[in-house]
Amino acid sequence: MLMRLIRTLLGWFDQRLQLGKPMGEAMTHPVPRSSASWAYVFGSASLTLLMLQFATGICLAMVYVPSADEAWNSLQVLNQQQTFGWYLRALHGWGSNFMVAMVLVHMIQVFLFGAFKYPRELTWIVGVFLLLMTLGMAFTGQVLRFDQDSYWGLGIGASIMGRVPVFGAALVKLMLGGPIIAGETLSRFFAIHVFIVPGALIGFVGLHLLMVLKLGVNEWPAPGRVVRRETYLKEYHELTHRDGVPFVPDAFRKDLVFSGLVLFAVATCAAVFGPYGPNGAPDPTVVQTVPAPDFFFLWLYAALALLPPNMETFLLLVGPVVGIGILLALPLVSGTGEKSWRRRPMAVLVVLLSVISLTALTKLGLHAPWSPIMNAWSSTPVPDEFLKGRSPLELQGAVVLQAKQCRNCHALGGLGGQRGPALDSVATRLTGDQLFRQVLQGGGNMPAYGKNLSPPEATALVAFLKTLHPKDERPAVDASLVGAR
Amino acid sequence: MPAPSPTPSPAPPTPPVRKFSRRKWLMPVGIALNAVAGALIALPVVGYLLAPASRKQRREDLDWVSLGDLTQFPVGETRLATYRNPFVRPWDGDTGDIACWVRRIAADKLQVFAINCAHLGCPVRWFPQSGLFMCPCHGGVYYEDGSRASGPPPRGLFEYSYKLDGGRLWIKAGQMPTLASPPSVASTGGTQGCSCA
Repeated sequence: MLMRLIRTLLGWFDQRLQLGKPMGEAMTHPVPRSSASWAYVFGSASLTLLMLQFATGICLAMVYVPSADEAWNSLQVLNQQQTFGWYLRALHGWGSNFMVAMVLVHMIQVFLFGAFKYPRELTWIVGVFLLLMTLGMAFTGQVLRFDQDSYWGLGIGASIMGRVPVFGAALVKLMLGGPIIAGETLSRFFAIHVFIVPGALIGFVGLHLLMVLKLGVNEWPAPGRVVRRETYLKEYHELTHRDGVPFVPDAFRKDLVFSGLVLFAVATCAAVFGPYGPNGAPDPTVVQTVPAPDFFFLWLYAALALLPPNMETFLLLVGPVVGIGILLALPLVSGTGEKSWRRRPMAVLVVLLSVISLTALTKLGLHAPWSPIMNAWSSTPVPDEFLKGRSPLELQGAVVLQAKQCRNCHALGGLGGQRGPALDSVATRLTGDQLFRQVLQGGGNMPAYGKNLSPPEATALVAFLKTLHPKDERPAVDASLVGAR
Repeated sequence: MPAPSPTPSPAPPTPPVRKFSRRKWLMPVGIALNAVAGALIALPVVGYLLAPASRKQRREDLDWVSLGDLTQFPVGETRLATYRNPFVRPWDGDTGDIACWVRRIAADKLQVFAINCAHLGCPVRWFPQSGLFMCPCHGGVYYEDGSRASGPPPRGLFEYSYKLDGGRLWIKAGQMPTLASPPSVASTGGTQGCSCA
């Protein structure tokens, strides 16, 4: 009885919408048996995460206030007062992390499987834009979490824009919505994050999916089965119709299970680790802050610290253009030939190199050894073993070492900044004279302290530094004097 | 997609074609009309979007703003000062408050540094003991006169032009200093306006 009612209702709608048949055809379209695989689940998982981001984002927009004055407070309300507000913020934040990761994994899989080759070149190119939009959403999302990191992150973005020749000043103002980071900046990023990019995402995801449907899911690449423009379409048609399986259910059930697992993981992370921040209020007069970007931009943070300064502007402005250009050109340049990664060693090496570089930079970004530890001088004492048995002058030197903020950049006993070399055994590398020169004149990325150390302070400091060598290792000596002796 | 089921009505008989028929005429007129209307709508939209970068923007980018009484800044010291952005909007909140470092060298000789590191705009901190400004982001370091000491910054700290008026210290501010628009370039000459290295 009930079933018949439902069938009648569905029939009524389908007579008017006429969507049943095309949707059925789309769902059951044949895919190569080999593609109904666990290696092909990352694209659908990315789409699932996008849906999650839309749903949670819309909910957050109902409470969030996109005003520089109130945004931070509204996030506090979401975290503390709004029922499940903290959970929705956590879902949105973790969903964004998972989505960036999933899109990258999807891209690596597509690249290694040669799925960007004829006739799927445009699917890849649209995918590159989807990747850029995903990263754009991640950055603008960090801005909307309007806290200290967001404020100074905008400052970094504006400073990069300011390096563009000729148009720099205009670009800075366009990005900030005015001459300085203020109310208009947040409103602008809100519009980008909530209207512009999501709108574009819907359109591009639609195109991406349409092409997947029209061109078919890539077959599992076999070494030696070469893509030729003249024969590929016929071969693929044969493959799917001779040995194909319907997308639903044969491939879809794996997508379904994996998407479910991913959603489960997001929900678990959100529940266990909670929402991201916001940290301190976006008050630019609070300078006791150590801005750092979100996880997926840590590699950029590291690169910006480690690039040689004289190449920095060039690489910052030209690097992304070249990188995106290579990604866009890839299917046009390499649209035919071998698909299998077993016959494409360069492709495998490129993936390995990229993954290793990004991982290494991200790890460095987590530790940020290039940043001075701003409070090491006042909060990290000289370890006892460096003070035992020292003369009064040497002990006075240890006081100078602390008071002049040397520890902000130099570690002792593993504690302190890592911007400069650790000083544990500095006396084995530099003689007394060399220590004087280095301290007073600086150099090698160290500021000169000549103006800020009185002669007694410098004498005491060097006396202390000269004691910093392992017990059974002799301090450095001036080779020219050794001969004279 | 299959066509809807109703049977199509037979095509009406085509009337004899005249040289300047209304049908021929409507298409170009429609296109022209939409083009003109589209331009009327689109051009102001473009102007609206580009307005922040245009010189004719209602608000100037720089204006004199007071950092307060000169006595707050003892000779020989460098101190943090804050000011309200001269072009603040009611909804700017905390972001309307900007910090800067004031170094008083002599009674009427000062330097006012932007808080933003010349590398990528992070807030530099002053350490009086070592006489250095340090940046927490990528480790840029500057000497007390704002010149670059070490690290990635391509130049010294940005400096505001300043003037002394009625016992108060004034700076010309309102713009985020970047390499493209360092504030000292926009200097119209404070009484002691000085540019840094």
